[in-house]
Amino acid sequence: MFNGRIANALTPTIGALAFIFLWWFIAWLKLVDPILLPSPQASAKAIWDGFVGGNLMKDLLITIRRTLMAFGIAVAICVPLGLILGSSVRVYRSLEFVIDFFRSTPASALFPLFLVILGVGESTKIAVAAFGAGLLILFNTAYGVMNARKTRQAAARVMGASPMRVMMGVTLLESLPQTFVGMRSGVSFSLVIVIVAEMFIGSTDGLGQRVINAQMIFNMPEMYATIFAAGVLGYGLNLIFIVIERRFIHWGGK
Amino acid sequence: MNAPLDVPAGKLLRPAPGTHITIRGLTKSFAGQPLYSGFDLDIPKGQITSIFGPNGCGKSTMINMVAGLLPMDGGEALFDGKTLADTVIGYVFQNYRDALFPWKRAIDNIKYPLRIAGKSRGEADARADELVKSFDIRFDLNRYPYELSGGQQQLVSIMRSLAVHPEVLFLDEPFSALDYEMTLFMRDKLQDIFEATRTTMILVSHDLDEAVYLADQVLMLTRRPTRIAEVVRFDAPRPRHPETLTSDAFIRAKAQCLEVFQREVRVRDTSIGA
Repeated sequence: MFNGRIANALTPTIGALAFIFLWWFIAWLKLVDPILLPSPQASAKAIWDGFVGGNLMKDLLITIRRTLMAFGIAVAICVPLGLILGSSVRVYRSLEFVIDFFRSTPASALFPLFLVILGVGESTKIAVAAFGAGLLILFNTAYGVMNARKTRQAAARVMGASPMRVMMGVTLLESLPQTFVGMRSGVSFSLVIVIVAEMFIGSTDGLGQRVINAQMIFNMPEMYATIFAAGVLGYGLNLIFIVIERRFIHWGGK
Repeated sequence: MNAPLDVPAGKLLRPAPGTHITIRGLTKSFAGQPLYSGFDLDIPKGQITSIFGPNGCGKSTMINMVAGLLPMDGGEALFDGKTLADTVIGYVFQNYRDALFPWKRAIDNIKYPLRIAGKSRGEADARADELVKSFDIRFDLNRYPYELSGGQQQLVSIMRSLAVHPEVLFLDEPFSALDYEMTLFMRDKLQDIFEATRTTMILVSHDLDEAVYLADQVLMLTRRPTRIAEVVRFDAPRPRHPETLTSDAFIRAKAQCLEVFQREVRVRDTSIGA
């Protein structure tokens, strides 16, 4: 039984260990040019050096800050907007095409437009990321509201709750599981956009700028270290959302 | 005596003595098909009225309109002469899972209508305690609804609907999603509540045994466009118990209902061709 428990605990790590082993094996056999594919040890050392001696941490924090700012703006605007749109099917239907169109437009294609409007700076990166994330949050919230079970709203109404109270006390909560789906995709999406923006839009800091700089001077361990940091950030943001979801939306799917 | 002829017929009907809810000229159609047209009904005060009829005759639609959940196309429903807005009502939904708030604990679900009605936290707590005592609840109301069994959830729904001391309690097939054992238990629970409070109750049921067993009168409806086929009285003394189901009075009332029901269903079936 004890062995079984250890085996269960180790199962999720098998894939990661196999991946690292394969990487090490390929690097050891020198199947790929060592300059392009350094060994796992060299990359691990670059991560360590980056965090301890270098400014990997600083760049990581800057990217986190931009991502969260974009996400925060998107949530503040699009959750209330989604609630309003979703509560009137007619209003939503009339705007559905516009929302779907811009949601399907690659947000990266809007960089030039935002550059013209906001100039080269912090605000452009955040604005494009907020725009893309916002649409994801908007339509998920609206769908959550539209698909909310009508019985609970009816129950609140029959008890004499005002329309505002039904909206805030029932519809909002009822749509929350779907809203969270939108927020989770939204935060991942703003990370993608922020990293791309850091690479190409006159940045002097952030993970995206660090990756592209490392690549330009062929500092491969540094590049892999930064990619790894970006991966941990993306995974971590997703994980935080799942934990919050389980904790606060305990009724999801029930 | 000599009422002018141009007054709509519904307006002339005086409610019968002891009437609580007067429905006059109720009109409703779906997709151009009339469901109710100029429907009049008096529902007596302090009694249980069961509503029974063929599928699709609009039993739930009627109580939903009277309870204000569905707009009427025409007509009105008054409660002792008051409008719905001035009346405290309770409503128990068939699907308790979709009617309770899963984000609130069971006890907070029960307090919710009290908070809506503007009661203080203390008053709501006191009333909830009172309900817990009178229902003799043995399970933990600090759980979330989805952690409770179906019967427990519907019990919470009923407590929630009673929290505000409703003048009228609407029940839309409240026990149809429960297993038989739980259904029997809940019928008797409902009967206890009725005897203790004498609240006017309107029960939609698709189980004729249940409709008769609980009722003072069974309202038999026709196929659409819906009219009242007959009102069958059932005056067996309360409390009624499982033996009531085999008593002569019960069997007579049920046989009468069944006869009316079959007559109403057959009207259509013979035309289909037997």
